[in-house]
Amino acid sequence: MFPPSLDPLFLSLKVAGIATAIVFILGILSARLLNKKDFFGKGVLEAFFLLPLVLPPTVVGFGLLILFGKNGFIGRYLLEWFDLQIIFTWVAAVFAAVVVSFPLMYQNAAAAFQTIDERLEQVALTLGSSKWRVFRTISLPLAWPGLLSGLILTFARALGEFGATLMIAGFIPGKTDTIPLTIYFAVEAGNTEKASFWVIFIVTIGFSATFWLNWWSKRNVLRFAKKQES
Amino acid sequence: MYKKVFLILILFSLLGTACSSTEKEEPIELTVSAASSLSSVLEEINVAFTNQHPNIKISLNLASSGKLVQQIEQGAPIDVFLSANQSYMDQIADRGMIITGSRVNFASNRLVLIVNKDQNPSLTTFQNFDYASVSNLAIGEPNSVPAGKYAKELLEKLNLWEENKDKLVFGKDVRQVLTYVESGNVEAGIVYYSDSLISSKVAISAIAEEGWHQPIIYPAAIIAASKKINAAELFIDFLISEEGKLIFAKYGLN
Repeated sequence: MFPPSLDPLFLSLKVAGIATAIVFILGILSARLLNKKDFFGKGVLEAFFLLPLVLPPTVVGFGLLILFGKNGFIGRYLLEWFDLQIIFTWVAAVFAAVVVSFPLMYQNAAAAFQTIDERLEQVALTLGSSKWRVFRTISLPLAWPGLLSGLILTFARALGEFGATLMIAGFIPGKTDTIPLTIYFAVEAGNTEKASFWVIFIVTIGFSATFWLNWWSKRNVLRFAKKQES
Repeated sequence: MYKKVFLILILFSLLGTACSSTEKEEPIELTVSAASSLSSVLEEINVAFTNQHPNIKISLNLASSGKLVQQIEQGAPIDVFLSANQSYMDQIADRGMIITGSRVNFASNRLVLIVNKDQNPSLTTFQNFDYASVSNLAIGEPNSVPAGKYAKELLEKLNLWEENKDKLVFGKDVRQVLTYVESGNVEAGIVYYSDSLISSKVAISAIAEEGWHQPIIYPAAIIAASKKINAAELFIDFLISEEGKLIFAKYGLN
């Protein structure tokens, strides 16, 4: 068995990495927009955003299958017009990871933006700063601790996503065998060596990623926060 | 004073109900782990068996045979194991986990190639099927699903494995393969004949010949650690009885 194929590692990192990037941007943008505006049905929209968190991943996967499957509401047009099939590809795995981790990022970002003192942003605006500059230099750094926690949770969730991924990406060794899927099928087949190997791997990745993110954050972002306090 | 009398009355009535429930005969619950390809036929077997033995209740645990063997090896409290494959039964027999005398073959099956009915398929053979026309072929995961293992044997025997292996989508059990084809998400799949009968949305494109894979024979056995050996024996006897055989034949599992 050794050395085993390292396909799952590269696939998982690729899927989790891309999903995290997408969710990070989408989460911050939506949290920011909803923070500033109040409209009819806002509560419903927020509850909808958080839905994948409450639902079992298999239900999320089922929903995605209905949408993007070959006979799905969106899937059938993608196939007809663009000859594009999302299910059973690594893109489907990214979709699944994005949907399940979005609520985590959104929730953390929303809470982070809530805690910012609006007056600081308004002062900057009156001093002539553009909205984008205010966002970049004042809102983001102030919200950073919350955003960082959202980022860590997102990556962890995307890396470990199993149920929804199995449903829309399926298990195709070499194409959609992320680490969690590989572990599951290794256990099913009685291959505890292979399962243990990947369990250790994924624990190490998760641990290192979290540790490094926290360390990098302390060095580069939070040290400015500390300076302000003194 | 009345409060105390009231409380004592309640206490006695509770004791009374506790006593009366032990006077009735406790139903025996038998836990049966069965391969998922047996799920439909076992529903009917269950009903027929309970008619004959009303005090035995069957609890079904359905999954791929590989997963079930894992559970048994890890000590799950199972009474009877119905496997889709002899080697999984051999695995636990070698570890002394079954009552050897109880092992019996109760059903057999065949492999078929199915496609979604919307494709308007005609009956052909495994060799002549146009594999280039399908973007994916679904089979059970060969290491944990017997149907997948038989499918792999068949494809290798017909020299179709190498050229099609990149198209393969693995299901975690044979029912998932059936669902893939039913829902149109995968154009073709290899399942058991008995599975193809259950769904009205799939059609058979080819039937496998027996020499292409290990014979698909389902063994049953009582798990050695079971505490309900008598009830388990009754259940297995029912499976191989005339009535049981008729039910299996009805589902294509003669």
